[in-house]
Amino acid sequence: MNKSAKKTIKVLGFTVFGMFFFSFALVPLYDVFCEVTGLNGKVALESTNIEEVDTGREIKLQFISHNNEEMPWIFKPSEEVLDVKTGKYYTTTFYVKNVTNKEMTAQAIPSVAPSNAASHLSKLECFCFNQQTLKPGEEALLPVKFLVDTDLPNNIKSVAMSYTIFDITDYDKQELAMQMNHDSMHSEESH
Amino acid sequence: MSAVIESHDHDHHHGPAKGLTRWLFTTNHKDIGTLYLWFSFLMFLVGGAMAMVIRAELFQPGMQIVQPEFYNQMLTLHGLIMIFGAVMPAFVGLANWLVPMMVGAPDMALPRMNNLSFWILPFAFFVLLSSLFMEGGAPNFGWTFYAPLSTTYAPPSVTFFIFSVHIMGASSIMGAINVIVTIMNMRAPGMTLMKMPLFVWSWLITAYLLIAVMPVLAGAVTMMLMDIHFGTSFFNAAGGGDPVLFQHVFWFFGHPEVYIMILPAFGITSHIISTFSRKPLFGYSSMVWAMASIAILSFVVWAHHMFTVGMPLAAELFFMWATMLIAVPTGVKVFNWVATMFKGSITYETPMLFAIAFVVLFTIGGFSGLMLAITPADFQYHDTYFVVAHFHYVLVPGAIFSIMAAVYYWIPKWTGNMYDERLGRLHFWLSFVSVNVTFFPQHWIGLAGMPRRYPDYALQFADWNMVSTAGAFAFGLSQILFLFIVLKTVRGGKKATSQVWEGAEGLEWTVDSPPAYHTFTTPPKVS
Repeated sequence: MNKSAKKTIKVLGFTVFGMFFFSFALVPLYDVFCEVTGLNGKVALESTNIEEVDTGREIKLQFISHNNEEMPWIFKPSEEVLDVKTGKYYTTTFYVKNVTNKEMTAQAIPSVAPSNAASHLSKLECFCFNQQTLKPGEEALLPVKFLVDTDLPNNIKSVAMSYTIFDITDYDKQELAMQMNHDSMHSEESH
Repeated sequence: MSAVIESHDHDHHHGPAKGLTRWLFTTNHKDIGTLYLWFSFLMFLVGGAMAMVIRAELFQPGMQIVQPEFYNQMLTLHGLIMIFGAVMPAFVGLANWLVPMMVGAPDMALPRMNNLSFWILPFAFFVLLSSLFMEGGAPNFGWTFYAPLSTTYAPPSVTFFIFSVHIMGASSIMGAINVIVTIMNMRAPGMTLMKMPLFVWSWLITAYLLIAVMPVLAGAVTMMLMDIHFGTSFFNAAGGGDPVLFQHVFWFFGHPEVYIMILPAFGITSHIISTFSRKPLFGYSSMVWAMASIAILSFVVWAHHMFTVGMPLAAELFFMWATMLIAVPTGVKVFNWVATMFKGSITYETPMLFAIAFVVLFTIGGFSGLMLAITPADFQYHDTYFVVAHFHYVLVPGAIFSIMAAVYYWIPKWTGNMYDERLGRLHFWLSFVSVNVTFFPQHWIGLAGMPRRYPDYALQFADWNMVSTAGAFAFGLSQILFLFIVLKTVRGGKKATSQVWEGAEGLEWTVDSPPAYHTFTTPPKVS
C-alpha cells in the first residue's frame, strides 16, 4: 500500500475517534448553550444571594408540582399563587408526605416558564438543592426562599415555578422482586 | 525454492476459490459486493414481512391480528432493518462492485477489512432479530429510540439492540473508510476528481457523511448503555440530565443519515438517465456541487425533526430556513435530470423506467418534505401519517427504486446475461402502481389527523387504510417477481456485450460481461 493511502487511513481513523468524542462533547455543549441562551428554563441548583431593592414591580408567581412516573408521595405547593414584587425575597413551602410503608428518597427538579425568566430567578434556599429522605408515613413542609430580580423583561407578568419529584431510592433489586412476587401471589389468591 | 513459490503464486491468481470458503474468506470486491447485495435483499424481505404484519393489522380499525406490544416491536424492527439492513448494505454492495471498476482500480484499497466489514453484519442482525425471542420482547421504542422510552422504559433486550447498533456502525465506518481510500488513492492515471463518474462522486460524499455521523450514533447508544447499566444520567432528568438532549444527539446523526440513504441514488440515476437519453449528463459539475452542498447543509438542519419539542422562535426560524435552503441544490439536480432527457433519443428499458419514476416520486417526497419544513405547519403534521408518507416516498420509490434501477442496469455486466426485459417492465409497473396505492393515501389520512405508530385508529380513516394495505401486499408480492427475475438472469439468458447499453459510457463498460475475477490489474489510461 502506498504512502498516501496510509495517510488517508490515518486521517479518517482520527476523524472517526474525533467524532465519537464529539458526540460526548455535545452533552456539556448543550448545557452551556442552554445556560447562555436561557432556553430550557433550567434554574441554577445552588444558592445565590442577591441584595434586595425597593424599585421592583408586581408580578404573579404560580407554583406547580408534578410526581414523576409512579412516585407515590403526596407533593403539592402550600400556596398555588403568590403576588410578589421583584427585587424582594419571599419564602413559600411545598407539602410532602411519604404515604408508603418504606423509607424513600426523592429529588426535586425545578423548571421555570417562560424560560427566559429562569436567569432572573435567584434562590437563597431550596429543597431542590438536596435529596429528601422521608420515613414511612412522615410528612414535611419544604421551603423555597427566592427572589425575582428587577431585570425581569417587562412583558413577563407572571412566572410559573414547577417542581417534579423523582423517586431516587436505592432499592435492593432482589428484595423488590420478592415483594412483587409476593404481591402477585396475593392478588392471585384473592381472585 | 523460489521456483516453488512462483508456481504456487501462479496457481493462485486465476479465479475464485471453490465452495463455501470462497465467500467466507473472499477479499475480492466483486464477491463482497455480491454478498452485500444478497444480504440486503434478504433483509429487505425480512423487513418487508414485518411491514406486512403492520399493514395487515391496520387493514381494519380495532385490534385484529397482533397484540399492541408486538405491533410496536414490528414497527421498530421494520425501520431498523430497512435502514441499516436493506438500504445501506445495498448501496455498499453497489459501491463494492462498481467503484473499483469505475475508477480503474484492481480492487478496493483494504480488501481484508472489506471482508470483515461485511461478515460482522449478519451477526449484528442475528443479535437484533434474536431479541424477538427474549423475555420482554424485541425493542419496541421506534427506530428513533428516543430516551426515556429506550432507557427507563425499555425491555431488557435493549442491551442487545445497543450491541447490534455498535456492530452495524463499525461495519459502515469500515466500509466508508475503504471507499474513500480507494477513490482518493487508486484512480487510474488521468482520472482527475472532476472526471470521476457521478456514482463515484456520490459515494465519496456519502462515505464522508458516514465517517462524520456513525461515530455520533455510536456515542448516543453508548450514553444509553451507560444510563441503563452504569448509573449515569445523560438523559435522566432526576440526575440532572435531559431527554431532549437525546433527540439533539440522535438527529445530529439522523439527518445526515437520511442523505446517506439518498446520495448514492442520485449518482445511480444520473448514470441511467444519461445512458438511455443517449446524451452526456447535463450540468456534471453542478451535480457535484449540489451533492456537496446537500451534504454540508445536512449538518445544520437536524432540529426540524423536533420542532414541537419546545424551541425558541429564533431556533425554529433558523432550522426552517436552513431546511428550505436544501431545496435549491436538490432542485438543481432534478432540473439537470430533466434537461438531460430533453431532446434525447430516449428508450424505456427497465432501468430507465425505474430512474424516471425515481425522479418523479422522489420529487413528490421532496415537496412533502418542504411542507413539513414549514414550522407552523409541522406542528399539525408532526407524528401523523403525513410524515410516514413523506419518508416512505423518499425511501421506497426513492432509495429502493434507485437500487432496483441499478440492479437492472448493471446486472448484465455482473452476470454476462441480459435480464428478461418483459418481466422487468412488468415488475416495474407492478411496483410503481402498488407503491403509490400504498403510500399516497397516507398523505390524506395524515392530513386528516391519523397519528403514526399506533396499532389502531379512528373509524374515519378506515377506507384509505384498507387501500393502503392492499397496495402494500401488492408491492410486497411484486418483489418476489424481482427475486425470480434476478435468479433467472444469474442462471442464464441472452449474452450481454461489453458495452451492454448503446450509449453507456465509463470504464466498467470496457471490460467483458461478466468481468474477469480481477479487472484492471494494469490501470487503464483515462484521457
